[in-house]
Order: sequence, then structure tokens, then C-alpha cells
Amino acid sequence: MPNFEFGGKSYDVDEEGYLQNPEDWNKEMAEEIAKTEGVEMTEKHWEVVNFLKDYYKEYQIAPMIKILIKEMAKMFGPEKGNNKYLYELYPSGPAKQACKIAGLPKPTGCV
Amino acid sequence: MEIDYKLPKKGWMDVPAELKKGFFCYGAKEKSLMAVDFPNARQWSVIEKDWKLPENWKQIILDGMADRLKRYRSFRLFMDICVRCGACADKCPVYLGTGDAKNMPVLRAELLRSVYRRYFTKAGKLGRLAGARELTLEVLKEWWYYFYQCSECRRCSLFCPYGIDTAEITIIGRELLNLLGLNIEWIAGPVANCYRKGNHLGLEPHTIKNSINFLLDEIEGVTGIKIEPSFNRKGSEILFVIPSGDMFADPGTYTCMGYMMLLHELGLDYTFSTYVSEGGNFGFFTSQEMAKRLNYKIYAEAKRLGVKWILGGECGHMWRVISQYMDTYNGPADFLETPRSPITGTEFQNAKSGKMVHISEFTADLIKSGMLNLDPKRNDHLKVTFHDSCNVARGMGMFEEPRYIIKAVCNNFYEMPENTIKEKTLCCGSGAGLNASENTEFRMRAGFPRANAVKYVREKHGVNMVGCICAIDRAALPPLLDHWVGDVGVCGVTELLANALIMKGEKERTTDLRGQELK
Repeated sequence: MPNFEFGGKSYDVDEEGYLQNPEDWNKEMAEEIAKTEGVEMTEKHWEVVNFLKDYYKEYQIAPMIKILIKEMAKMFGPEKGNNKYLYELYPSGPAKQACKIAGLPKPTGCV
Repeated sequence: MEIDYKLPKKGWMDVPAELKKGFFCYGAKEKSLMAVDFPNARQWSVIEKDWKLPENWKQIILDGMADRLKRYRSFRLFMDICVRCGACADKCPVYLGTGDAKNMPVLRAELLRSVYRRYFTKAGKLGRLAGARELTLEVLKEWWYYFYQCSECRRCSLFCPYGIDTAEITIIGRELLNLLGLNIEWIAGPVANCYRKGNHLGLEPHTIKNSINFLLDEIEGVTGIKIEPSFNRKGSEILFVIPSGDMFADPGTYTCMGYMMLLHELGLDYTFSTYVSEGGNFGFFTSQEMAKRLNYKIYAEAKRLGVKWILGGECGHMWRVISQYMDTYNGPADFLETPRSPITGTEFQNAKSGKMVHISEFTADLIKSGMLNLDPKRNDHLKVTFHDSCNVARGMGMFEEPRYIIKAVCNNFYEMPENTIKEKTLCCGSGAGLNASENTEFRMRAGFPRANAVKYVREKHGVNMVGCICAIDRAALPPLLDHWVGDVGVCGVTELLANALIMKGEKERTTDLRGQELK
């Protein structure tokens, strides 16, 4: 099984670098994962990641993109609640990149 | 163009499988196999040499084959009767798309057949001369690679003069591999989720409710109508089972909105179940036993809730399991009643044993009886074609009902070429649990023949929407068509219906369910 080395410790990740145990996650580690994705974490990035983490905590799965968009619009206004804005922050897609940084597992099935 | 007719230098047995990145899915995780008590649950990686197999792996496989040869007459028959005529070869979308000889159905089957000959036939003692070979680790890895490159679409079986069902060979091949814990995570994960939580995605009851509420808000935005479906409600007349992808992944969510709009408009006495929140059955891509265990839950829940019959959504392989296997897995479901539409009075005799009716059948009956008020002009911004989902088409024999619905709700409908539809339909390229992102190159290739037919109607008629009745299609076709065609959407048939459905008390519709302006 592949590992992610951080702070002198080794963590289980899947083949694409997604953390296997969400409880391993911490902020510093997220910054480090972001770097491997070529993303520099700013306050704007954290708004998305924090929402994802809260959603995951409550619902045990990453939200659908359209839920993410709607909730971002509710919390931060329509200029942040749209696909374009999210892709500017996370060029490989918010579902893939932001979830990885937030330490959420990838969903599987008919998706 | 010159074609090289020379035979390859080496015979296929002398060419070991090379596991190419982009052509396989990651291996099953330990926790996923453990969740359903599958053997050899361990941490392993496909790309590493050591697959961490038990020492007696060879014996386990051979015993497994012997057992299945006894249990399934079809297996022995399919092993014995192939004359290797090759009629299946160029009918397989995976072979057409990958060009890999071992993806010809005849040769894919031969991977297993050669081992069958060696260990289970007298002629096999002659070895190569009789087309037999030893079971080695290389052979096992080759099985794994190619049995998880077959989407079990069954197009080959349609053209086989002997009626050999190569999907059944893949099914057995995968069963044998599962004896050693050799599954892929894209299948094993959903199986574990479905077994523990009721659906492939692992949605918890409150997550389902939250997601459905989100969709209900969207419906209210488009129609002005407030809908309140029920969950786990005992004493409902009908249990409604849909693929979880429709609750939680675009574009399936629009289909889900469509279901709820239709059933609300009818005033149907139905309930969702958060325990049976999955129509699909990835167990079917694992082993018959696992498929049976997952299928059983639907009927156990129907019994617990005390419903009369079951309505099923737009799911692909769910219907193959229901119409071809359910009866011997867990049937007949005699505690339920023969499904009868409370709206039209039609009795669905074809569902007499399984007690489960397909939503397209149910809807076509409503339209035929004049029970729905429809305005097809609301779909005038769409030029629609229909992709027959393999399992519903070849596994269930349903071709006309979805077309009947589309023609009633859309003014612009164009068929793809005759040899790519109905019983000859081409696979989306990702069926049988192969729609993992790491498997993308394979999926784009295996789906190429289908995409090519869509491109044809796109260029000829300006088609911009592909209707389908399967959640894997809805997940797999959008990236496929983006890659090969461009500017073509994918939707469920019930989404099209809901666009056109005139509902009592609705506000004037200015957009379709996706928020696109009407023409």
C-alpha cells in the first residue's frame, strides 16, 4: 500500500494519494497535500476545504458538486458559488482536488 | 490501405499479458473484502509482483473450477462446444476499441478454456496439441487483467452460432479470481457499502434524505410544486427502488427528480427505502453468491414494509439480475402480489414471479392509457437519440417502451444506425464495474464504437442529447462523449418525461429540469 510521508510519519493513502483514514488528517498535512497538487492554500481555498470537511463529518461522503456550489453561494455569495470560481481555485476539479486536500475518500459505484 | 495478413510470430500462449496502466482498475482493498467475509482480504497492489496469494492458490482455483463445472451445466457446455469460428470477435466493442487479440470473446474464453482442457479433459493430457496449458501465476494474472476488461455486455453472445454466453464465462472467471481475493476496488467497495449501508455509494439514511431534499427544492424551483416523498413507510402499496447514483450523481439526479415528479403527479402510494437504496447489484460482478446476498435485501425490505409490489428505476444490471437470476436466487416472491398499476389497472403478467416492474414499462402503460398530460414542445431544445443499455436490452429484452416514452415526450428523436441499437446495442465501455477513473484509457477505447454511432447522429441530425435507462450509462457516457464527440448531453428517459409532464397546479415552466431555457 502506498504511503504519504509527513512530519516524520507515514500515512496510508490509496493509489492516487487519497488519505485512507480521515482521522489522520490535519491542517499542516493538507497544506502539504495541496503542494503535491500544485495548489497554494489561501483563505479562499480553505473556505472550500472547510465546507467539505463539515459536510463529510455530517454525511460521511463528499457532497455533490451542485450541493457544494449552492452552499458556497449561500455562505459567501454568488460570486463564490459557481463552477468557474471553484475551478479557478482547484484547476483539476473541486471534486477531485479539494476532496483530496480535505482528506476525504473517493466515492465509488455508478458515479 | 494495406493490410498485413501475416500471422503473428508467437502464438497467444507465448505472449504473457502485460498489465498496461490505464487498462486496469486498482485491486480490492482489505476492508472491502473483509466486510463481506471474502477470502484472502489483504493489502496488495496490482503493480507489485507479489499479489500475496495463499500458498495453495492453484489448488483453490482448480477446486473452484471443479465445483462450478458440477454446479453449472452452462459452464461445462460453454467450455466444450466452442468451435472457435470467430463470429464473436469483431462484435465485441472492447476488442474493436482496444485491438487486443485477447479481448476477442473467443480468445478471452480460451484463457479459461485452455486450463479447463488441461485439468478436466482427457485430450488435455496432450498439452498444447489439444489447446491445453498449465495454470501458472502468469496465467492467473492474465485472467485477472482480461476478465476485468470484459464489461459483460453480451453483444458477442448474440452472434455466436452456438449461443455461448461469453459474459457467463467472464462471470465464472471472476468468481474464481474472487476465491483468492482478486477483485477490483471499484467493485469490492460498492459491494461492501451496499451490504452494510444499503447502497453502492455508502450513503447513510440522513444523507439520502438530505440529497433528496435538495432535489425537491430544485423541483419546486422549476415547477412551483412542493413534493414530499416518504421513506421506509410501512404499509405503502409500492416500494420504489432506484440506483443510488440517481440520488447522488449528475446527471442521474435529474432522472431522480423526474421519478418523484411523475409519482407525485399520479398520487401513487409508494415509499423509498433508505435500506434498499440501491437497485444495482455489484455483487453480480463478483460472484453469484454475492449477487444473491445483495438481491435478497430488496425482497426482505419489501416484506418488512408490507408492500404489495416493487417498482424499479432506470438501472441496468439490476434488471438482468431481476429478470434472469432473481427467481433462482431468492424467488419466487410469493409474499407479494402480481404488480398491478393502480392508475390504469394493467396487470404486469411478465413480473408475476419477481413482482418488480420497470419504470419505463410502468410509464409507457400510463401514456398508452392516456393518463398523462404531456407537452412535448418543452423538449424542443433537444434532439434526442436513445442508447439501449446492454443489460435491459439483451438481459431483459426491453426495446420499445423507452422509445415509446421518448416519442411521446420529444418531437425530435433520431435512431442511431440499426446495428448499434436494440439487441445489437454497443456498450458504454464501463459496464460490469469498470468505470473507475484509473481505467480511463480502457473506457474510452471500449466505448469508442458507441461514441462513434452517437457522432454519426450528431453530424447527420444535430443530436445533442442521449437518452438511456442505466445509472452506469449516466456516469460513463458523459466523459466518453466529451472525449469522442463533444456537445452532447446524457439523460435518463424519465428526465425527458418530467420535462414534458404537465402537472396539476404547476407554474409556467421557463426552463427544463437542468435550468436550461425552453425554446
